[in-house]
Amino acid sequence: MRRLFEDELNDLHVRFSEMGMMVNEAIYKSVKAFINHDKQLAREVIADDHKINERETDLESKSFELIALQQPVSTDLRVIVTIMKASSDLERMGDHAVSIAKSTIRVKGNTRVPDIEKDIADMADKVKQMVEEVLDAYVKEDRKKALAIASEDAAINAYSENIYDDCIKEMQRDSETVIGSMDYMLVASYLERIGDYVMNICEWIVYLRTGKVVELNSNAQEDKF
Amino acid sequence: MANKIIESADVHLFYGKNEALKGINMDFVENEITALIGPSGCGKSTYLRCLNRMNDLIDSAKVTGKFLLNGQDIYAPEMDTVKLRKEVGMVFQQPNPFPFSIYDNVIYGLRLSGIKDHRVLDEAVESSLKQAAVWDDVKDKLHESALSLSGGQQQRVCIARVLAVKPQVILMDEPTSALDPISSAKIENMLLELRQQYTIIMVTHNMHQASRISDKTAFFLQGELIEYAPTKKIFLNPTEKETEDYISGRFG
Repeated sequence: MRRLFEDELNDLHVRFSEMGMMVNEAIYKSVKAFINHDKQLAREVIADDHKINERETDLESKSFELIALQQPVSTDLRVIVTIMKASSDLERMGDHAVSIAKSTIRVKGNTRVPDIEKDIADMADKVKQMVEEVLDAYVKEDRKKALAIASEDAAINAYSENIYDDCIKEMQRDSETVIGSMDYMLVASYLERIGDYVMNICEWIVYLRTGKVVELNSNAQEDKF
Repeated sequence: MANKIIESADVHLFYGKNEALKGINMDFVENEITALIGPSGCGKSTYLRCLNRMNDLIDSAKVTGKFLLNGQDIYAPEMDTVKLRKEVGMVFQQPNPFPFSIYDNVIYGLRLSGIKDHRVLDEAVESSLKQAAVWDDVKDKLHESALSLSGGQQQRVCIARVLAVKPQVILMDEPTSALDPISSAKIENMLLELRQQYTIIMVTHNMHQASRISDKTAFFLQGELIEYAPTKKIFLNPTEKETEDYISGRFG
């Protein structure tokens, strides 16, 4: 039944997963560039970002086409909506990777704080792992896994808060570290935002499986307001 | 650039004084499915029937304009309409099997053209019924009456009957409007397969069907061709306001 549509839907899946891998690579490279002060690698991330943006546009127009021409309903419709929404989350994650790359190029202060850099590297590893997991959960349409990943976001937020506190302490201790610490704080906040987008994708996976639009973790709850 | 198999230009058709087609220009490319859509009475079926001279049978109908099949004038006096209809086959809205066996239905056209070799006929029956995606349903009852089949099966047998004479172009006048959604889906899938070998031009009232399976869509309104473009363009961003209104269900 409807072979053509099935093929096109499958193609959309594959291209979305590829986009996820592109974004994951951008995050990985941008953090590596930041830690190693590798401006060359940072420029690469910035230069490649257009590929991610083009893929998002491409997925969107393909989705519009399938909706207009095939009139998908139920699960088919949810698959397409999920891809449209989640691809824009991925695209924003890619933009944050670019922001991290930009701070690498901008960085002027040479006074570094190895302890904080280590925390950022650990936080980045964790974020990268979450991105990988969420893509896997998407491919397997694994709702339980999506919920588990969403619960890991608290750890990312904890990293972010620790790095923030440490940066403040460092700046109070030695004003030479102010410029560097400001960048540390920025990068940590970009990573934290990437974690939030991972959570959005988790929400879309739940929607894909159940048809329920959920809010897994609001910012208000996170910050205990 | 794909080959144009049918060209038509400045087509007018009068039923007595009533002008049913008002200057249609349309070309068809090989191995594509073209859907003709539009409200009842817009001229789409009339136009379709011009392509294999079915309107010749209506006394009051007068056709003018150019029609070429592979560069040959369809309306030339020397054109043999039997041969023409072999090249440009037709499937109708209501399944219309002859009151014979399934086997005899499929080979009807071949018998007419004088083929008697049983092996050739057997092969033609099997391959046509397979192409029409109805072989598995009927292979054990080829010698039973085609009228004993369900509507969807009958329609696919009628399609097999057209395929058996190996036409280049298949015209379809609302081939699924008398069928249930499952049978329609089977026929739609079959058409997507057939597209690799044939050129298909179909009139359909089902806009979703047009959007799902056709490569190009033509929108007719009151005897005029309002817009003829790739199906994606028609359903995502048509140029004409009338097209937009019709496909959005605002009139018609």
